[in-house]
Amino acid sequence: MLAWLQNPGWILIGAGLIQPLLPYRLRAGLLVAAPAAAGAWLWSLPRPTLVTAELLGYTLTPLRLDPLAFVFALIFLIAAGLCGLFMLRVRGRLEPAASLVYAGAAVAAVLAGDLITLFVYWETTALASVLVILANGPGTYRVSLRYFLIQVTSGLLLMAGAIAYIRVTGDPGFGAIGLQGLAGWLIFLAFGIKAAFPFLHNWLQNAYPAASPTGTVVLSAFTTKLAIYALARGYAGTDILIPIGAVMTAFPIFYAVIENDLRRVLAYSLNNQLGFMVVGVGIGTELSLNGTAAHAFTHILYKALLFMTMGAVLLRAGTVKGSELGGLYKSMPWTAAFCIVGAASISAFPLFSGFISKSLILSATAYQGAWIVWLVLLFASAGVFHHSGIKIPFFAFFAHDSGIRCREAPWNMLLAMGITAVLCIGLGCYPDPLYAILPYAVDYEPYTGGHVLTQMQLLLFSALAFTVLMRTGIYPPELRSVNLDFDWIYRRALPAAAAAARNATVSARGETIDTLCRLGDRAGHYLGRAFSAQGLLARTTATSGMVAWVSLLLAAYLLFYYL
Amino acid sequence: MSERPDNAPRIDPDPGKGRLEHPRNVDRIVHGLYALCALSVLLEFVVHRHETLSFAGWFGFYAWFGFVACVGLVLAARVLRRVLMRSEDYYDDGDAS
Repeated sequence: MLAWLQNPGWILIGAGLIQPLLPYRLRAGLLVAAPAAAGAWLWSLPRPTLVTAELLGYTLTPLRLDPLAFVFALIFLIAAGLCGLFMLRVRGRLEPAASLVYAGAAVAAVLAGDLITLFVYWETTALASVLVILANGPGTYRVSLRYFLIQVTSGLLLMAGAIAYIRVTGDPGFGAIGLQGLAGWLIFLAFGIKAAFPFLHNWLQNAYPAASPTGTVVLSAFTTKLAIYALARGYAGTDILIPIGAVMTAFPIFYAVIENDLRRVLAYSLNNQLGFMVVGVGIGTELSLNGTAAHAFTHILYKALLFMTMGAVLLRAGTVKGSELGGLYKSMPWTAAFCIVGAASISAFPLFSGFISKSLILSATAYQGAWIVWLVLLFASAGVFHHSGIKIPFFAFFAHDSGIRCREAPWNMLLAMGITAVLCIGLGCYPDPLYAILPYAVDYEPYTGGHVLTQMQLLLFSALAFTVLMRTGIYPPELRSVNLDFDWIYRRALPAAAAAARNATVSARGETIDTLCRLGDRAGHYLGRAFSAQGLLARTTATSGMVAWVSLLLAAYLLFYYL
Repeated sequence: MSERPDNAPRIDPDPGKGRLEHPRNVDRIVHGLYALCALSVLLEFVVHRHETLSFAGWFGFYAWFGFVACVGLVLAARVLRRVLMRSEDYYDDGDAS
């Protein structure tokens, strides 16, 4: 038992479980204290650490702390602390408690060294995260259910894959898996669902904007990056991940341009950023895997920051629809400034965090000579600046003044945003501490004159394109709308097909019964005519007639006999 | 989150022009952007750059790629919107999303 509790994730899980029983001040304190304690615990563990335990004849590994796990566990704990600070004033009991358990399970999953332990924490994140969404009220019931079904499906695939894998190898250890056999594909699909691969992605854009202003920030940090970690652990260098990742970077940005709900825009751009990490895993070189880990680290921070600013806007202005916002910089200047820091970071401006992490992946792609993928990533880099870097701050805080006047975000939210913004700028200006904890030794200098210049050209001319398109009126205006995505298949097409199939079955059943009844009626009618009192078989006949027929038959016999 | 009712946003019926919305200032920002764009391209004569992929070394590659990519993105998204856009209550199943 003790072996299991050595995982720092359990500090958060335990805190989440007792938290609802405590008075408000202690609840709020735990939200920040528990991640801090778990962080200290993680920091104090020697690297590498391996703790094993026997269970049902298998050697399980409740705790494996190696460089790859450390980066992800550390950033998860930082994110948990920042989210805790951001939701400090939430009065409800469900959301903070579920958030703590969710973050703890994610940390524990990253530090799990075998597939069975991973599965348990994998499902715990699904369960806890759906509670985070549900905490936003009864309006989220259906979207929560859809989200939960998809997450549990991922867990079931992982379980099936793990069973198949252990049967083949006899070892539950979670290391490189690769796409060999059924087990490899099942686990790949399980990871792919949580990593929001194309066509498996819509749970993300559906569920994240449905959570509360604070809940979305929590959701944005853990599930997808846990999947990225799992892919990096199990499928590094798997070629098919390169095209998958490239598609992931490119297609969500088209949706992000026309989406009106700004938190959904961020969900699409989250999907796009995951694509960069997936490409890094697929390339599988030391540089690219470092890039994936570094990008996950910086991405969690700037994405959380962007979701925090939009959460603050939702809280104060009552909406995050681009069509209804504008001019908020007058009411929320600090939030606007933090949003711009997040936007600059995700756009990979030099001196901001995205620049020092995304460069690793782009360079690794170029070194492989994969020029088509490199061009797609460059297109996605320009695109992400366009929709996340410009669109989010512009339509929320500037554009034309909507007239909405509200208060600035509460102090705890400003503090959380401020710390996150400082981290984004700090990592961008001084990346060495991050580079030092990456899985492999880093021999990379992001700040070369040529690199800074080309990145600035890309961003400046993307901004130029936005300006020209806005001034000429070509840029699509923000409209109250929803856009069809792949979820249309299971929200509309499949239910419609099922309803049509049901209607067809019902009417076929009716018609069959009708036909049978008609045939039965007709048969009954004929039989009745034959057997009824007036029927043929009941009719009386004259004796003379019978005698005439008998003689006729006898005559026929006689005739045949002689013939 | 429990908030006091006085936190409800109020609507300014006649939002005056802020400093950032004044047409003259908007023009200044835009002209500044033009200048920066021009400067970034001119700097290529000075700054040495080393590209792994040969075509990325063409003069102003990142500049025109960024511009063309974004214009293409928006034009494609406009077409996409015609196909994909539905009214806000399209999935009206009592859902928050």
